[in-house]
Amino acid sequence: MPLLEMRNIVKEFPGVRALDGVSFTLENGEFHALVGENGAGKSTLMKVLSGVYPEGSFDGEILVENVPQHFRSVRDAESAGIAIIYQELSLVKELTVGENIFLGREPSRFGVIDSAKLYHRSATLLRELHLDIDPRTTVGSLGIGRQQLVEIAKALSQDAKILVLDEPTAALTESEVETLFDILTKLKARGVGLIYISHKLDEVFRMSDRITVLRDGKTIGTHLAKDLTRDEVIAEMVGREVGDIFPTPDHELGNPALEVQNLLVYSIDRPDKRIVDDISFSVRKGEVLGIAGLMGSGRTELMTAIFGAWQGKYSRTILVDGKDRSVASPSEAIDSGIAFVTEDRKRYGLIIEQTIADNMTLAGLRSISGRFLTHRTQEIVAVREPMRSLHIKAGTPMVVTGTLSGGNQQKVVLGKWLLTKPKVLFLDEPTRGIDVGAKQEIYAEINKLATEGLAIVLVSSELPEVLGLSDRVLVLYRGRIAAEFTRESATAEKVMTAATGGN
Amino acid sequence: MAETEKTRFTTSSLRAYIMIAVLAGIWLYFHWATNSIFLTPRNLSNLATQMSVTGILAVGMLMLIVSGNIDLSVGSVLGFAGGIAAYSMSIHGYGLPAGIIFAISVGILIGTFQGALTAYLNIPAFIVTLGGLLAWRGAVKWLLGGNTVPIADDTFKAIGQRNIPVEAGWILAALGIAFALFAAYRRARSEASYGDGKVNYVLLILNVAIPIVGIVAFIWVMNAYQGVPIPVLIFVSVALIGVFITTSTVFGRYLYAIGGNPDAARLSGINNKRNILKVYALLGAFTGIAALIFTARVGSAAPDAGTLKELDAIAACVIGGASLMGGRGTVFGACIGALIMASLDNGMSLLNVRDFMQDIVKGSILVAAVGLDMMGRKQT
Repeated sequence: MPLLEMRNIVKEFPGVRALDGVSFTLENGEFHALVGENGAGKSTLMKVLSGVYPEGSFDGEILVENVPQHFRSVRDAESAGIAIIYQELSLVKELTVGENIFLGREPSRFGVIDSAKLYHRSATLLRELHLDIDPRTTVGSLGIGRQQLVEIAKALSQDAKILVLDEPTAALTESEVETLFDILTKLKARGVGLIYISHKLDEVFRMSDRITVLRDGKTIGTHLAKDLTRDEVIAEMVGREVGDIFPTPDHELGNPALEVQNLLVYSIDRPDKRIVDDISFSVRKGEVLGIAGLMGSGRTELMTAIFGAWQGKYSRTILVDGKDRSVASPSEAIDSGIAFVTEDRKRYGLIIEQTIADNMTLAGLRSISGRFLTHRTQEIVAVREPMRSLHIKAGTPMVVTGTLSGGNQQKVVLGKWLLTKPKVLFLDEPTRGIDVGAKQEIYAEINKLATEGLAIVLVSSELPEVLGLSDRVLVLYRGRIAAEFTRESATAEKVMTAATGGN
Repeated sequence: MAETEKTRFTTSSLRAYIMIAVLAGIWLYFHWATNSIFLTPRNLSNLATQMSVTGILAVGMLMLIVSGNIDLSVGSVLGFAGGIAAYSMSIHGYGLPAGIIFAISVGILIGTFQGALTAYLNIPAFIVTLGGLLAWRGAVKWLLGGNTVPIADDTFKAIGQRNIPVEAGWILAALGIAFALFAAYRRARSEASYGDGKVNYVLLILNVAIPIVGIVAFIWVMNAYQGVPIPVLIFVSVALIGVFITTSTVFGRYLYAIGGNPDAARLSGINNKRNILKVYALLGAFTGIAALIFTARVGSAAPDAGTLKELDAIAACVIGGASLMGGRGTVFGACIGALIMASLDNGMSLLNVRDFMQDIVKGSILVAAVGLDMMGRKQT
């Protein structure tokens, strides 16, 4: 009898089928890895499992120990024994370890917390896990690795039978990873089922009993880890024929449009830590430079710092069209011809309650209108052209962006930056979370812009996208360039190997 | 197709009509309850004068709230700026121009200072201006030695107490009508250039007719008593400046962007800090102007002048549909909000409602207005 069974899960978002009939099983005491590229549907599947998407918002069945489950909330899933450790920790940093473990379930009498009991039970729990952490220390004073372990202790205190770990080692040092794996091995022995999401295939192969590969919202295969090689997993992850939906590039490469020298970017929280460690590169006119790398490899930080928007320390020399430009702020970057289509359109790209016209004209407003006065007619005229060429599906430019589909929203952000008339275009995850049709249109636009002589730097977690669009690919690993490939020499396997720290 | 044709234009007009309907309801009720005293030229003239100080503050506050900030100190700054005007004129014998310049400059300086603390030192606006609320009140008490300082200058007092001649009122009405026609023409041209070319004549006529009827009715009512009061004229000018800034300037557009999504605004090349500093300075200038009217109306500067005015101004913005989270609100809404607040004050005073009861009613209406607004929002 499987501990957990998910049958034919289908989850749709407007315009996207994020999960398309996924099935997944987990046995008692099993370590089951869930792998796939970003956007393959791993996180969505786990949100279905954990009740973030309640019963009714998806199709399919969830059974725990053969009992059908109907989660209406996260709390329902928790009481069924399912706990998730997210990439962003959900601990309250100002509270102590013990208070965090029992947050929301404090041992109390008449509303008064029984602190002695709380700390006694926390200490017992931590001891069982062989964790040398004082339950009275505040969580914020612990390192990220130990915070993660506290999170696991918290999950276990709720009698979790199924523990989901989403990229748990992303922020951990090697010794912390070892401690984590020790504990996970002990949990396995206690019969806890573990679902492990990770890009780090060496960890996956070291720990897993079974591996399930997801791609484009479908289960590609579930295999015993010992029957499988790393290359086979990568092949299943990458899957579809690269080139299918990509235009054939025929860019004419010109002179360097952007040269970046000795780029150093330091962490905001830890100013001594280098996130980008001395990177130099250049992009030529008409070239698409792809930057591949896993989350946390410094991709976004690299672009943000070149654009002058990084809020921590950074240093670099920038030449645009061969001229030294000391870009110290986004407005100076825009003036010198750099545009930055940021990741996460809702957070960084759009003002969601404003119209297409308002959003699209924002970055180039001074050149579209006047320096002081806005001019609605000119704005509408300016916005119309990119709306048409990008195939933005909306009646008028006065439609509020919040009502658009993800693909159209992304096109609005792209349009906003094209209206600044850039020489260099940075694209950070330009097709995240949008449907295939809109992706294809954006790919065609990228290719067209390059053909017109724009220099493009493309960051994407979706490897086929990087491979299919780029003339040249840089692979980042821990803030450094780990490898560089030409279009011809780049393969998914080689890039993935370099990005995961292999040779 | 999931994309609906819901534009900001239609939703904000709808909100405006609802607010006007609420205002009309309040007026009719008071007119009935006061045995037809409320809607007389004399009372409406008083009402307009009473709302002008709060209205001016609300226009500045609206812009600040749209940018995602708040200022709790405007009441104290008003007292201090008025104190400076009275002090310079009555005690030091400076002339009227100096008094006016001092009051407005003090407002701008304080606004800039508090804006800098918020924008550049990242001290939360709430804290900076809460400190200001205390500190500037202390400053005015210190300046005036705890006494009320009378102002003798009649020209100064005219700012708060006199009316413009009837003929001048009609000239202003003519200018206003000309401007309304021009604005409607421009808007129609602009809409025709991005729509399907068809001009919506019903909408066009409404766009022309409503402002013209409003202007004529307003001037006619004011002239039926003693002419447009100067404080009201100043308030209307400030409100028009506010409408212009928020709808037609790059700065105004940036305020909505900064309040709507500060990260997106910053990454679009907007200097959030500098714009926040500017809007604080602007509110400071408006506070200085409001201080002049307030002081002139009373004819003296008192240590407690302007107490609680900040709350009236914030309440006016919120009743008028502004979001304290930033990014949403209109100057027109804030003015209607100020008018609703002033109408409640005026009407309840006419009805001899005890002052504690007035406060309870106003407080309840503030919360109810926002509650209804939130419920309406959730459904859409």
